[in-house]
Amino acid sequence: MSENQFFVDSDKLGEKALEKKHRLEREPSCRANHMEYMEGMEQISSDIMDKVISEMKSYDYNKYSEDDVRRALNKETCGIEEFKALLSPAAMPYLEKMAQRAKIETSRHFGNTVYIFTPLYIANYCENYCVYCGFNCYNNINRKRLNSEEIEKEMRVIADSGIEEILILTGESRGMSDVKYIGEACRLASKYFRNVGLEIYPVNSDEYRYLHECGADYVTVFQETYDSDKYETLHLLGHKRVFPYRFEAQERAIMGGMRGVGFSALLGLADFRKDALASALHVYYLQRKYPHVEYSLSCPRLRPIINNDKINPLDVGERQLCQVLCAYRIFMPFVGITVSSREQKHFRDGIVKIAATKVSAGVSTGIGDHESKYEGKDIKEAGDEQFEISDGRSFDEMYKDISEEGLQPVLNDYVYV
Amino acid sequence: MKDTFKIGGKEFTSRFILGSGKYSLDLIKAAVNNAGAEIITLAVRRTNTKERENILDYIPDNVTLLPNTSGARDAKEAVRIARMSRELGCGDFVKIEIMKDSKYLLPDNAETVKATEILANEGFIVMPYMYPDLYTARDLANAGAASIMPLASPIGSNKGLATKEFIQIIIDETDLPVIVDAGIGRPSQACEAMEMGAAAIMANTAIATARDIPEMAAAFKSAIEAGRKAYLAGIGRVLERGAEASDPLTGFLRD
Repeated sequence: MSENQFFVDSDKLGEKALEKKHRLEREPSCRANHMEYMEGMEQISSDIMDKVISEMKSYDYNKYSEDDVRRALNKETCGIEEFKALLSPAAMPYLEKMAQRAKIETSRHFGNTVYIFTPLYIANYCENYCVYCGFNCYNNINRKRLNSEEIEKEMRVIADSGIEEILILTGESRGMSDVKYIGEACRLASKYFRNVGLEIYPVNSDEYRYLHECGADYVTVFQETYDSDKYETLHLLGHKRVFPYRFEAQERAIMGGMRGVGFSALLGLADFRKDALASALHVYYLQRKYPHVEYSLSCPRLRPIINNDKINPLDVGERQLCQVLCAYRIFMPFVGITVSSREQKHFRDGIVKIAATKVSAGVSTGIGDHESKYEGKDIKEAGDEQFEISDGRSFDEMYKDISEEGLQPVLNDYVYV
Repeated sequence: MKDTFKIGGKEFTSRFILGSGKYSLDLIKAAVNNAGAEIITLAVRRTNTKERENILDYIPDNVTLLPNTSGARDAKEAVRIARMSRELGCGDFVKIEIMKDSKYLLPDNAETVKATEILANEGFIVMPYMYPDLYTARDLANAGAASIMPLASPIGSNKGLATKEFIQIIIDETDLPVIVDAGIGRPSQACEAMEMGAAAIMANTAIATARDIPEMAAAFKSAIEAGRKAYLAGIGRVLERGAEASDPLTGFLRD
């Protein structure tokens, strides 16, 4: 498999910083043990990670035949074995059949509704060096952390556009955006929105409980890749380096009282078929342990970032992505599937008719620039974006486009209890 | 005499209760009209929205709203959602839905009994969605339920009367109206439930996901009416179990 060229040196970095960066990149021995919890990280008793990782390791997708795929499609309920067949290369010629089956499952569970939300990045400071991410601590970008007046202003602009569900994001820096700061943002969000989700650095269960009490009810954490050896080579510095603490984030969020949790691998980082299998099994095993919780899956592919426009999703084309999403839907018909603005309009318009149940609209991955993006006002000091988006449709355009496809856009289907 | 049934002191002619989820909003009205429905359910959480797309605006004024507590995971949450519904002006009817399983959405009977008791005491007209279990049906009746709503098969599955025998027991053993809810996928299945003596049928997915929604609503209406007529007429002798012997078994009796 070909590889992305992730390493970019900024001329703004001092000599010492540059030296450390290079050492991290070149000498694995100087990096922290990625399987060891750092101080302050809660360790829970759970066997979910072992189950997921061992299934993933033993998954040999080349052993599945077209016969296996046909059998899987003909079975009424899809188990793990059938799911493995549907994710295999042998299933590629059956993509249309898979899409037809997925569409039936989606409409049975969700009818023709499509949920719309928008992300709001409130800070882009980050203490991690994740080589593919625009926010990484060595990347030379404009950093910003909104204060509460600025957060409220952004929220007002977004709420005025009609959006009712918001996903609050930060860079992964406890120092610059601590839990209390995020909690305040949740309290503000509860004033302007009906549904508040979080996509922040993983925290302990008591901190999730605090954030839940502040008004957040959904937590999304992307594992990026479930291949821990690969993970180690991509997350070179910071808390995010600790693989098991990140893996257990959703379970801690559930223990903290959150209603729903979201999952994903970032497709294109490692073997996407194995990562897709692990993402789905992560949900599958947690659902058996915590059946009352709402689960959702995303399917981001790698995108270019500021200072590195060559990053791309490698062998994960649209057909492969569609295969993954159809397989998810057939395996777990009840799970929400979100497709973000990393994908282009034609893909998002097509996939909501097959498997996806939620899309973002009016997206900015920058900090403090909603007024300029929504209302054309000139903002000078915005923070830079995490990645380049591919679908810049506004909320109004998205609402109209979904309706014209014969689907029903839904802005909220949730109450905080 | 008009064939009607009563819930919470209110009289209804139509025995078709329509769900409002999973639709394009502009088709709800046509579905209600073609179904001839007098009761429509809606999720309180779906009404928790600003004016742009409020589902309430699409529901005709002449139908009775039956708000449901979907999203509740225990009795406490169901009670809070029901109270919220009353505050929103959705009336005193409430359908209790308590699910602790996001995969099959099966109702939790024990929590449902608890919520029914609390809400009935607060003057709500409580219509609990339940898994067809006779003891629970009796507990619900004692807790003050206005009807019993047993599921036919898992919600959205369109599998029809998978729990037929147990629903029949509840129809036979309780005095409350029994409304068969969830899993009814075809008009023929709705008809069968009505023949069994169900007071009404509640359906949503089967209609919302049909190719022609208004036509399917009309088809259900006819099927429910046919089943009801058959029930009132008395199912024919040929369908009764066993044949009649030509020499009567009791022919030996002398006086």
